[in-house]
Amino acid sequence: MKTLVWVEHDGQAVKDATLSTVTAASQLGEVHLLVAGQGVDGVAAEAAKIAGVGKVHVADDAAFAHALAENVAPLIVELMGHHDAFVAPSTTHGKNIAPRVAALLDVMQISDILSVESEDTFTRPIYAGNAIATVQSSDAKKVITVRGTAFAKAVTEGGSGEIEVVASTGDKGLSTFAGSEIAKNERPELTSAKIIVSGGRALASSDQFHSLIDPLADKLGAGVGASRAAVDAGYAPNDYQVGQTGKIVAPEVYVAVGISGAIQHLAGMKDSKVIIAINKDEDAPIFQVADIGLVGDLFKIVPELTEKL
Amino acid sequence: MKVLVPVKRVLDYNVKPRVKADGTGVDLANVKMSMNPFDEIAVEEAIRLKDKGVTEIVVVSIGEQKSQETLRTALAMGADRAILVVSETKVEPLGVAKILAKIVEEENPDMVILGKQAIDDDNNQTGQMLAGLLNWGQGTFASKVEIADGSVNVTREVDGGAETDTLKLPAIITTDLRLNEPRYASLPNIMKAKSKPMAQKTPADFGVDVTPRLTTLKVVEPAKRSAGIKVADVDALVGKLKEMGVAK
Repeated sequence: MKTLVWVEHDGQAVKDATLSTVTAASQLGEVHLLVAGQGVDGVAAEAAKIAGVGKVHVADDAAFAHALAENVAPLIVELMGHHDAFVAPSTTHGKNIAPRVAALLDVMQISDILSVESEDTFTRPIYAGNAIATVQSSDAKKVITVRGTAFAKAVTEGGSGEIEVVASTGDKGLSTFAGSEIAKNERPELTSAKIIVSGGRALASSDQFHSLIDPLADKLGAGVGASRAAVDAGYAPNDYQVGQTGKIVAPEVYVAVGISGAIQHLAGMKDSKVIIAINKDEDAPIFQVADIGLVGDLFKIVPELTEKL
Repeated sequence: MKVLVPVKRVLDYNVKPRVKADGTGVDLANVKMSMNPFDEIAVEEAIRLKDKGVTEIVVVSIGEQKSQETLRTALAMGADRAILVVSETKVEPLGVAKILAKIVEEENPDMVILGKQAIDDDNNQTGQMLAGLLNWGQGTFASKVEIADGSVNVTREVDGGAETDTLKLPAIITTDLRLNEPRYASLPNIMKAKSKPMAQKTPADFGVDVTPRLTTLKVVEPAKRSAGIKVADVDALVGKLKEMGVAK
């Protein structure tokens, strides 16, 4: 099988999510990459070095600069003339583009796979991760999105992909990028952080969230996450949200501070290697999944913990 | 301006799903079902746009006969009329998108607002597929929608922050959680909703083949985590962190 992997990048560098996707794709067969964007020679060169990569298709056009699905999907559909599978990371960009490609190819997408069982059979979570389904596709071509935390990252050196320029399919004129507000964050990116400290509603204010959670995270070199309740209450920005509707993370250590552990939150973090919970309610559901629990007042515990680390 | 809002009947989000012992799926017998939370947000957004040029809201559901309850809920919230496409067998996002594309052909809406994903299958596909089939612009994971002249500005929740795209109308929008807070239907409105029109169709009426492309071979519970321990104080926790090599 020849698989085409959509490379997620920011115009400068390949994003980590792409590397896990390459690992998943390599379990299906020969891996080709697509680097679409504007001024992406550097990204293409970096992509070509990823271990195990064959061809790197490069489409350089202003129409692809912001990864708008309306423009990128027809380009992918054209390349799918000589590929058997299209694989993208389950990031917001991947989730935006892949189903449009699937519809144009008249195939059903397999979303957010956890494993490749064979060329046509995959496992994926349903019901907020409360069940794992094994599904078999009867479509001739496969369109797949990959849960990054379920696959190891491909090695970024040693590859010798052959770069091939592909013609642009142009701007379809359906949508334009008007601007973005990307939160500045010096800390490790949530989905690739080894340690995450997450705060919940119990933090009670934005000030307390940042004055308690941030120093603890800094001490541990951790990324900062939040529950939906904390985000909805305005204590933390939207893109901090961990859960079914936010980011799915699986760090080595996940520290849940003042988070009760609703099923929608657990869906986003229960594959973490070690879960540590700090909560004053000893019956909170979070303690059912926590490896190490500490019952008590977070306003006392967190500063003391930060101090002693 | 006409808006079409597809809604799905799903297991209530507060109910913990139980995997059937024979591994064929999740047990949906005698459990509470509700409108998919993201679809409630879609209905709410359509209603809020009524002050801004939206004149008619048509809600659609595809699924078993009982999905009419979900449509009545949407009508009670403020939708004008409903279309129920009855299929007692499961219809995948591709099939749903194909049926919706046919309904769009008949109804000619200016916008279709869908939830970003259904909380049962967690696919996050239908809106994007419909946009592809219709060759319309798509504003997925919307946290803000502003109708302009002949276009719509959609602020989208993306990894790392927010992005705003301008889409030519007609367009597809899929809702994220923070787009709005859906209203509750009042009792008088629930009564009124009973007399609002609801057309009933089948996939065959649209000439759409909804044969599934994916076969579910089995459904299992995720691996259980082994029982953890509770530590007495911060010192014990610091000790554990040091043991794990997380702290020095």
